[in-house]
Amino acid sequence: MVQLTLPKNSTVKTGKTWPKPKTEGGKKAALKEFKVYRWTPEDAKNPRIDTYTLDMGQTGPMVLDALIKIKNEIDPTLTFRRSCREGVCGSCAMNIDGSNTLACTKASAEVKGAVAIYPLPHMPVVKDLVPDLTQFYQQYASIEPFLKSKSPEPETEWRQSPADRAKLDGLYECILCACCSTSCPSYWWNGDRYLGPAALLQSYRWLADSRDEATGERLNDLEDPFRLYRCHTIMNCASACPKGLNPAKAIAEVKKMVAVRRG
Amino acid sequence: MADLAKSSSPLARAQGAGGAGHGGEHWWAQRVSALALVPLVIWLLVSLVAMVGAPHAQVIAFIAEPYNAVLMVLLIAAALYHSQLGIQVVIEDYIHKESSKWMLLLLNRFLTIGVGAAAIFAVLRIAL
Repeated sequence: MVQLTLPKNSTVKTGKTWPKPKTEGGKKAALKEFKVYRWTPEDAKNPRIDTYTLDMGQTGPMVLDALIKIKNEIDPTLTFRRSCREGVCGSCAMNIDGSNTLACTKASAEVKGAVAIYPLPHMPVVKDLVPDLTQFYQQYASIEPFLKSKSPEPETEWRQSPADRAKLDGLYECILCACCSTSCPSYWWNGDRYLGPAALLQSYRWLADSRDEATGERLNDLEDPFRLYRCHTIMNCASACPKGLNPAKAIAEVKKMVAVRRG
Repeated sequence: MADLAKSSSPLARAQGAGGAGHGGEHWWAQRVSALALVPLVIWLLVSLVAMVGAPHAQVIAFIAEPYNAVLMVLLIAAALYHSQLGIQVVIEDYIHKESSKWMLLLLNRFLTIGVGAAAIFAVLRIAL
């Protein structure tokens, strides 16, 4: 059965409350609490929530700025992924205030009260806010995310009309941050076989590409009660996507293609 | 995890045994049966409301009408088919132990057919 309660060794405990920053010269500091999930494989302890307090007058606006400040100035053991700090790379995807999003594009001020920060849900945790995305990436690899063609290669580039190119809008922008897939209950329950919204949106990105000549092959690979049809249009993917994309719609398009092919 | 994913490499695990080559049929059947149920359920509700407080004999006479008997049989078939498809999805979603999953899927199918046979037999017995 689906496991509804956490196993004993995963129950989250209250962790350390780190000291508040010292206020200078009687000025009133804008203090904000950050409650961050901590877990390390190096000891046998349960995960815990550490509380850090920052002076927002001295901190950048985004949650990622706060995390970097914590790591630099309070607790260098805090572990998280980040790279571009502007919503392009997808590295800093995490669960902030109950929703999956990118720490670099989420303003701390958007969250009322303490900012709760957890790793992406239902993924194995490597350390702190770093989830193990191996399965997620391999599912992406399994949909063969590249142009497949049988026609002889043209002398220059594969041509595409502006109208056909426009069909890829809303698909090509996906940065594979995994916010959508890890927000999907169906992916939580059956992530071993269900491809999840991200891989399916990417798959449709190639199905929708006028230059791709492997539509049949791709649909054969997708038509499966688990790989594709575990999508029950819960729509968490669309509300989680930090790029404003709609994976549920892409999945619906794939289902439509399968239905049309059946005749 | 299913036995299909015994292989050890992460890509092999993600690929599993590939696409099963079906699923579209199930998805489509669920929608078609839902569509069929719309008029059938409306018909049943309207008929039942019209017979509120009616004596037993009148309800029996209603079902015995050929049109009503046919619609009743169709409603039973569509509703049970639709529920079987839906319950199958629920079982596949939540039951991860392969042996329990297959047992429940079989039970789901047998129960649907059993209940359907009994219900249709009841209608025919009144109508014929």
